[in-house]
Amino acid sequence: MAFYEKLMGLDRRWVYLSVGIAVLIPFFIPFDVPVYTTPEVKAVYDFVESLKEGEVLFLAIDYDPNAMAELHPTARVIMRQAFSQNVKLVISALSQNGPGMAEQLISEISKEFGKKSGIDYCYLGYKPYPGITILAMGQDFRIPFPSDYYGVPLDSMPMMRRIKNYDDVKAVIDVTGTNAIDFWLVNANARYKVKLAAAVTGVMAADYYPYLQSGQLFGLLSGLKGASEYEVLANQKGFAFSGMRIQTIAHIVVILFIVIGNIGFFISRTQRKK
Amino acid sequence: MRQQLPLTIIFVIGVFMALQYFVPHQSSEFIYEYALDWVIIIGVFAMALGLWSLFLVHFAKIQKKSAGWGYSTIAILGLVYMLIAGALWGIEEGSPFMKIFWYIYTPIQATMFALLAFYIASAAYRAFRVRNILSTILLSAALLLMLRLIPIGPLSGPIQDIDRWILGVPNLAAKRAIIIGVGLGIVATAIKVVLGIERSYLGKD
Amino acid sequence: MPPLGDLIWTTLAAFLTFCIFSFLYKDNPFYKFAEHLVVGVSAGYFTMLLYFEGFIPKVFVPIFKEGKLYYFIPAILGVLMWTRFSKKWAWISRYPIAIYIGIGTGVAIPLEMQTKVVQQLRASMTAISFNGSAGLNNLLVVLGVFCALVYFFFSKEHKGLFGGVAKFGIWILMIGFGTGFGLTVMGRVSLLIDRVKFLAETWWPMFKAFVGAVL
Repeated sequence: MAFYEKLMGLDRRWVYLSVGIAVLIPFFIPFDVPVYTTPEVKAVYDFVESLKEGEVLFLAIDYDPNAMAELHPTARVIMRQAFSQNVKLVISALSQNGPGMAEQLISEISKEFGKKSGIDYCYLGYKPYPGITILAMGQDFRIPFPSDYYGVPLDSMPMMRRIKNYDDVKAVIDVTGTNAIDFWLVNANARYKVKLAAAVTGVMAADYYPYLQSGQLFGLLSGLKGASEYEVLANQKGFAFSGMRIQTIAHIVVILFIVIGNIGFFISRTQRKK
Repeated sequence: MRQQLPLTIIFVIGVFMALQYFVPHQSSEFIYEYALDWVIIIGVFAMALGLWSLFLVHFAKIQKKSAGWGYSTIAILGLVYMLIAGALWGIEEGSPFMKIFWYIYTPIQATMFALLAFYIASAAYRAFRVRNILSTILLSAALLLMLRLIPIGPLSGPIQDIDRWILGVPNLAAKRAIIIGVGLGIVATAIKVVLGIERSYLGKD
Repeated sequence: MPPLGDLIWTTLAAFLTFCIFSFLYKDNPFYKFAEHLVVGVSAGYFTMLLYFEGFIPKVFVPIFKEGKLYYFIPAILGVLMWTRFSKKWAWISRYPIAIYIGIGTGVAIPLEMQTKVVQQLRASMTAISFNGSAGLNNLLVVLGVFCALVYFFFSKEHKGLFGGVAKFGIWILMIGFGTGFGLTVMGRVSLLIDRVKFLAETWWPMFKAFVGAVL
């Protein structure tokens, strides 16, 4: 069998093994890769940075564990940035398997900054039908969420006494791996003119550039790259930043496979023509 | 009664909700708020419908001892454990309920999606071919986007600029055309539903 | 030595991670076991979430603690959804479905039109010029959107000038799909990094410390 035929018929498991090794090796060889910041990420960072003490930011954590690797770093760094500036947070989790994950993140970071539920932040939790829930929050957060995730009535919280609906928050940042961002665009931005930014998975990112250009989104973070940019801007290098070196090696491997596959394809086509 | 009344309800509510957007009035806001509140409550029961359906599928498999019934037992056991743990200890962080979430649910679901990294590499190797002009355009755009994560000295800067241009100009145009098409499709379907032209969601009599 | 409880839970998570990874070699009982386990656990998680976050605050508390008896109406409508399981009574579920669909579609008509059509078209109507990159880019966006939309017209044969415009449209769409693919690679690799990180940096050191302590 000719070399190119072997190349074309390569067992997919060799490809899998190469990807596995490519991801594993950088764990043992630490090095950094430069992270270039983009205007769409900086816009979100600058906005949160401009918030004053006591102002309220709405953070929507709308992803399941399947997108946790890509989006948890973003949610974490934004939450840290907000708490470090004493910005108050209203947080929801409208993805059906995500509220527990969001709770873990909130409890971890609130402990780190000594923040208290009901005073510094309010974790609303989950309600079914994200589209309708987002619409209802535009009238009053108490319609879908009479109480928070822990069952504490919103009216009994000092922080929530002066917060009724989106008019009382500076912006909504939706960190999402689902179509929740579409609901936020339609039911919050279009309906209530809510200032909106999104942090989405890499798979989704390209689809939301039209909304960025139209101003329906004021910022956009795409997957781990977006998170790493944000970590660099906020000077909180963590999982996303360190993950970029692994991304580099994995991308080299994928590109090599594309090149090799095409070389095999060209040779076989030339041979067939002969 | 079985067909006409639901269609009338949809028409009346649909028209009201659409008009309410254009003419927000205190009294219409009042109804609007109740409507949203009540739908969420209906949703609580509706969502449980799917869960019950899932239970029935696996339970039937176990009863009939059909192929893979052992795995269905695992699914039911997982479900029952979560129900008991949630009912006894609640769903807050640190509870036995959340232990299962973190140490069973999360690793399985996250790994299932991590498998896609291998598949996408394999797909890139097998299917990403420069066959014609269209596949060449597609491949070039993909390669340029992938290259932005690879530091290649002085070329990195220009590649970042090219990628920003691809994302912000041709990609934007493509995705905008799709968004407009989808938007028109949604609105057309919604109008057909409100007018009772599209009624397949009601099922058969 | 790490706490035994932590070690057991973390090792269980690592075992299940390997169960799923084993599918890369071929389908096997370990994979199927993990796959079915996650279905059950996921359903159980969501059921309890609906109970604590939906039923309790939205049905139980308003009716039984706050005495808002009118909340019985949506609750009964919700229960009526369950008639779908009976062939004889399934038609009753059409009423709550009608309410949900009526609200959903009524809201969607103006808002979807505004978000996805009006605002997107408005954003495309920007100043076009042949001087400077911004103007040229705007021109390309307008042309790209127009040609890609033309491509979606399947009721007219793609021939002649119309065909040429549609051809440019499909080129633009291909760039969009290629961009999506490039970003998807990053997304998928991120998920793998997370799992490898868990195995290499969380489970393995813990397991090694335990084995070291035992031996």
